[in-house]
Amino acid sequence: MLSHDILIVGGGLAGLAAALESDPNLKVAVISKVHPLRSHSVAAQGGINAPLGNHPDGADDSWEKHTFDTIKGSDYLADQSAAELMCRSAASAIYELEHMGVPFSRFPGRVIAQRPFGGAGFPRTCYAADRTGQVILHTQFEQSLKKNVKFYDEWLVTDLLIHNDRCLGVVAYDLKSGEILPLKARAVIFATGGYGRVFLRSTNAFINLGSGLGMAYRAGVPLKDMEFVQFHPTSMFGKNILITEGARGEGGYLLNNQGKRFMEDYAPSAMELAPRDIVARAIQTEIDNGRGFEDQYVHLDLRHLGKEKIDKRLPSIRDICINFGGFSPIEAPIPIQPAQHYSMGGIDVDETCASPVPGFFAAGECACISVHGANRLGGNSLLDAVVFGSIVGKTASEYVKGSQEFPDSESYILQKSLNRKQELEDKAKQDSGENVFQLLNRLKAFMSDKVGIFRNQKDLSEALEQIAQLRQDFKKSYIRSSCLRYCQEFVTFSEFDSMLDIAEVITLGALNRTETRGSHFRTDFDKRNDAEWLKHTLMTQKEAKPEINYREVEIGKYQPVERKY
Amino acid sequence: MKYIFKILRYDPEKDEKPHFQEFIHEPCPADTVMEAMKDIRDQQDPTLSFRYSCREAICGSCAVVINGHTTLACLQSVAALGTTEIVIEPLPNLEIQKDLYVDMDPFWEALEKIEPYIHNEGEVPENGHEIDEAEMDKIYQFISCILCACCYSACPVASRDGRYLGPAALAKLYRLVQDPRDQRDYTSWRQVNAEDGVWGCDTVFKCNDVCPKEVRPADGILALRRKIFVSELKHIFKRKP
Ligand SMILES: Cc1cc2nc3c(=O)[nH]c(=O)nc-3n(C[C@H](O)[C@H](O)[C@H](O)COP(=O)(O)OP(=O)(O)OC[C@H]3O[C@@H](n4cnc5c(N)ncnc54)[C@H](O)[C@@H]3O)c2cc1C
Repeated sequence: MLSHDILIVGGGLAGLAAALESDPNLKVAVISKVHPLRSHSVAAQGGINAPLGNHPDGADDSWEKHTFDTIKGSDYLADQSAAELMCRSAASAIYELEHMGVPFSRFPGRVIAQRPFGGAGFPRTCYAADRTGQVILHTQFEQSLKKNVKFYDEWLVTDLLIHNDRCLGVVAYDLKSGEILPLKARAVIFATGGYGRVFLRSTNAFINLGSGLGMAYRAGVPLKDMEFVQFHPTSMFGKNILITEGARGEGGYLLNNQGKRFMEDYAPSAMELAPRDIVARAIQTEIDNGRGFEDQYVHLDLRHLGKEKIDKRLPSIRDICINFGGFSPIEAPIPIQPAQHYSMGGIDVDETCASPVPGFFAAGECACISVHGANRLGGNSLLDAVVFGSIVGKTASEYVKGSQEFPDSESYILQKSLNRKQELEDKAKQDSGENVFQLLNRLKAFMSDKVGIFRNQKDLSEALEQIAQLRQDFKKSYIRSSCLRYCQEFVTFSEFDSMLDIAEVITLGALNRTETRGSHFRTDFDKRNDAEWLKHTLMTQKEAKPEINYREVEIGKYQPVERKY
Repeated sequence: MKYIFKILRYDPEKDEKPHFQEFIHEPCPADTVMEAMKDIRDQQDPTLSFRYSCREAICGSCAVVINGHTTLACLQSVAALGTTEIVIEPLPNLEIQKDLYVDMDPFWEALEKIEPYIHNEGEVPENGHEIDEAEMDKIYQFISCILCACCYSACPVASRDGRYLGPAALAKLYRLVQDPRDQRDYTSWRQVNAEDGVWGCDTVFKCNDVCPKEVRPADGILALRRKIFVSELKHIFKRKP
């Protein structure tokens, strides 16, 4: 049986950071359903935050100010010591990335360039033009080759194995051979990223189906704060490809159909650089009140920045507009609308990235520590992935070295993988029902419709009913592929199970939280309610049903006050 | 408008050799070839297999040959092809595994041969490295490379000589040796001064033509040749007392 000390599931920024930081004397491997360089992290554009103070307007920046901005941005739902830990580690994390070879853009003093981003008191977002994720992921991958990290490329993990309150390994599907195999591990780290494609309009990669969250949930690990879904204000109308916040950081305007910079009505001092939840709601409100275009979008205007700046600082945005929109942002405004973008919620872990289950850890977008609370600031999630990715590598290494006994688990693990195989074979024998791709399309449509930016009791309850219906239909669905090598149908089939759980946990959390906070806006409860709701939602699967618990938010130096921008 | 999509299919367990299958499909006006293929899969044949991920030309998963031209399926708009018959084939120069899936291992192995990472053993400087914008500008062209293998597949040399490192790996090497942080000694990359390295290139510039990110890998290969020339001279010079 394949066996490892540490098995890292996910080859994005968090997974590779974990691999690089794990003890090299341990037997470590990274397993990913796509080649690591195809992970969603590669698409990150705008940048990564650290209070380096390189910008002329940023000289007074500090990790304390970064921490405060993060907490205020989170609408006070972040755990304050966790936010502090991330911001304290930011500068050294950036210098380490630079040392590994990340080609950051530079300022005249030969230092790393920084740009303003939303919700930040100072320009502190470090970038490499507008392909920051690409250069960091490629550099981390290069370093992994240097360190001879073992990779299982194009292996989909289908089950997380937890037995007698101990993590034992995973079951995985090797796309190349078409086989389903057990992998034993002393520690398992999930760095499986977000679930964006639970929604129809999403900036996420098509592969972001979120099965890591679902597997953890089904194995009994709690999911935290899942109702907090970030909708990015500016995705290109039509394809919902992201137009980075960096475009507004460089000076872009948001305009309605009357040519007005409408943010002055919503966030008069921060304007376009208010936090994302506020800007996304402002845009949707303009559209809903007839001040958009075709009732679908508003304009992001970059024309006044000029060709030189756009070519130099936003070349990917220029190319995205040309290639996918058929126009140049140097000559025409960009039609934009909000779209699902990021998950603040995730697998419940502490500051060391340990879950309540011994041997199971998580980091990156799939984890919730919580540093982002109810709303994440732009540029903070690459930082989260890098900082906590490194931390989880250390934590898991220490766990493995510190534990004396590991249970003999092979027969249990083997049985689980046989079960998965059997299920697949049964599904392949069936010959009627809806195919899973169609079920997925149905799920996405009502999630965007009913669990989006503006929520209310009626819509959320209806969404829960539709999820229940989809569960029934999924039971009847079948797999048509007979050849199991490189079978995308099986991949989607396996992940869809998780997506139903994720959808349910998001929706139920949103229904129960009868207040408005950060990204979670209830039209029927439109005020923040600290007296009752300054707490984290924890959802655990018990006998195939979600059980809800709550946990106090850890408040430190900063008492919650109303957010004004 | 209805289009005919002729997609190369291959089931390694059943088919002796690959064959084309035709699908009639009506894409939305702004659809890319990838979106059309996904719809065909979702609506007509869930067994159709191909690689994809970001759908915005940055992850490098979906390189295929469309009407004879090597490119990313997510970058190619259906309407821009100017014909209602669309032929989609897997990348050449790499072995077909199933439908549009090819074996990428030879491509990754070539990359590993050039030691594709910064060689710098020192400690992380406390306040970061000092680097000029101009130095980064010089390598920016090559940093755009997403390792999609379009160039490798279109390269006539890689097609006839499996040992040739190929355009992407060589362009990556150039990007690294030009980086002010890279301290690798010429002797450590001298092996590319060979027929399966920089001298293998036929300079027909197919790689530049097909690159979806305008990397122009051949620029890197030619620059490496010049660098090797200078380095060899220095090397000879150094050895003489
Ligand atoms: C378009 C876009 C732009 C962004 N720009 C920025 C930005 O400028 N700054 C910023 O701070 N943040 C940005 N973000 C957010 C940020 O990119 C992500 O939150 C972050 O990259 C997530 O990294 P990760 O390592 O957690 O996950 P990912 O990079 O998504 O990696 C997940 C990995 O898990 C693997 N995986 C998943 N499920 C399985 C499974 N079942 N079996 C095996 N493997 C599996 C995948 O193959 C992949 O390797 C952006 C997000 C988007 C959508």
